[in-house]
Amino acid sequence: MPGDSRITNLLSWLSGLSMMVALYLVFLFAPTEATMGDVQRIFYFHVSSAWVGFFAFFVTLIAGIAFLRTGSRDWDVVALSSVEIGITFTTMAVITGSIWAKATWNAWWPWQQEPRLVLISILLLLYLAYLMLRAFLEGEEQKARFAAVYGIVAFMSVPFTFMSVRWWQGLHPVIFEREGMHLTPAMLATFLFCLLTFTLLYFTLLLHRTRLGRMEDQVEGLKERLSLREGGSL
Amino acid sequence: MSFANKVLAIVWKDVISELRTREMFSSMLVFALLVMVIFNFSFELRVENIVQVAPGILWVTFAFASTLELTRSLATETENDCLEGLFLAPMDRGVIYFGKMLGNLIFISAVEALTLPIFSVLFNLSLIRIPLLVTIFLGTVGFAAVGTLLSTIAVSTRAREVMLPVLLFPIILPVVIAAAKVTGGILDGVALGELAHWLRFLVGFDIIFLVISYLTFDFVVQS
Repeated sequence: MPGDSRITNLLSWLSGLSMMVALYLVFLFAPTEATMGDVQRIFYFHVSSAWVGFFAFFVTLIAGIAFLRTGSRDWDVVALSSVEIGITFTTMAVITGSIWAKATWNAWWPWQQEPRLVLISILLLLYLAYLMLRAFLEGEEQKARFAAVYGIVAFMSVPFTFMSVRWWQGLHPVIFEREGMHLTPAMLATFLFCLLTFTLLYFTLLLHRTRLGRMEDQVEGLKERLSLREGGSL
Repeated sequence: MSFANKVLAIVWKDVISELRTREMFSSMLVFALLVMVIFNFSFELRVENIVQVAPGILWVTFAFASTLELTRSLATETENDCLEGLFLAPMDRGVIYFGKMLGNLIFISAVEALTLPIFSVLFNLSLIRIPLLVTIFLGTVGFAAVGTLLSTIAVSTRAREVMLPVLLFPIILPVVIAAAKVTGGILDGVALGELAHWLRFLVGFDIIFLVISYLTFDFVVQS
């Protein structure tokens, strides 16, 4: 698969370059926000991480449905890879969100003011449950099947969780309106570029990880054939 | 046999076997009481107004008791290969799903029905009200709908007792939030009109997850 690795290489270089530009934009190009000061710069990476976290989960949903319909092992590899990458970015979103909350509201975990922090954490729990389910199951086929079903159910619960957490917060008026952060055109451009960069990075990582997953499968297949042959010839 | 008859046959089987042994029911009831008493003690020492935390305690109790029931319901099926027997019967897998789901719904509701008066006494609250009972029913349907599917998944894993709560709780969180909110609202004397959107939310959740669980159940039970 030489064509495969060419695309992977290209994407890797593109992601790296894009991230360099993004770093420059976030720290040097974007103007300092009026009310929050420099700590607002976390926003660019925080929201981008959260976006990738949700997008990765969506990819897992699609891959899960595709696996159930086609039975093709490749789809399961995509689903698992997406979950692993998603966990990384979601964890980053939780940590950056907490740091930002501490800086803005002097609280590491403001349940009332920031329902989105709660939502991202539940996303993380869903991801971890997915991995735990796979870890405690025997047999590749059953693992893939059950994980796909769980991925579907888990993803469908996210909109409900989002709504319920939002409404629950709605009874307590937000003292500090973060939406009041006015984005100048320069900040908006930086933000959109960061979103793009993180999405590009996600796909790069996904390609790498799925390639790794396929190679793992091949190794398993070879091991089995080897042990069968050795067992056969006495 | 029609679809409904087959479903009822499964429900009947579960109810009869439970009536004969009463294992699950008694352990659920004792567990629910213990949870309530522990919460009562933990909060009594620090919280002035116990009515504030009552909805939360009630729904945590229901959630834990439901988990117990869901695990036990599937665990008894794995003894004597009952589950294989079910799958060998010539019927659509969806029948098994609805049969188990209704059975779970009945058992959890039965324990809730006994727990509620005791809760009212312990916390000195009037909880036997129609709007509240409707909410509890809607919440329980939510637990049973998703729980039946997930417990079928969990029973095949190595750590089945731990696996179900890990899988179930993040997904039924919206139900717990909505139900606790409505319970709290009713206890506070809020007008039902203001709580209507939560009730619609619960109905929506129940319908959607009944459909999703029914559709994916096939993939969980194929061998």
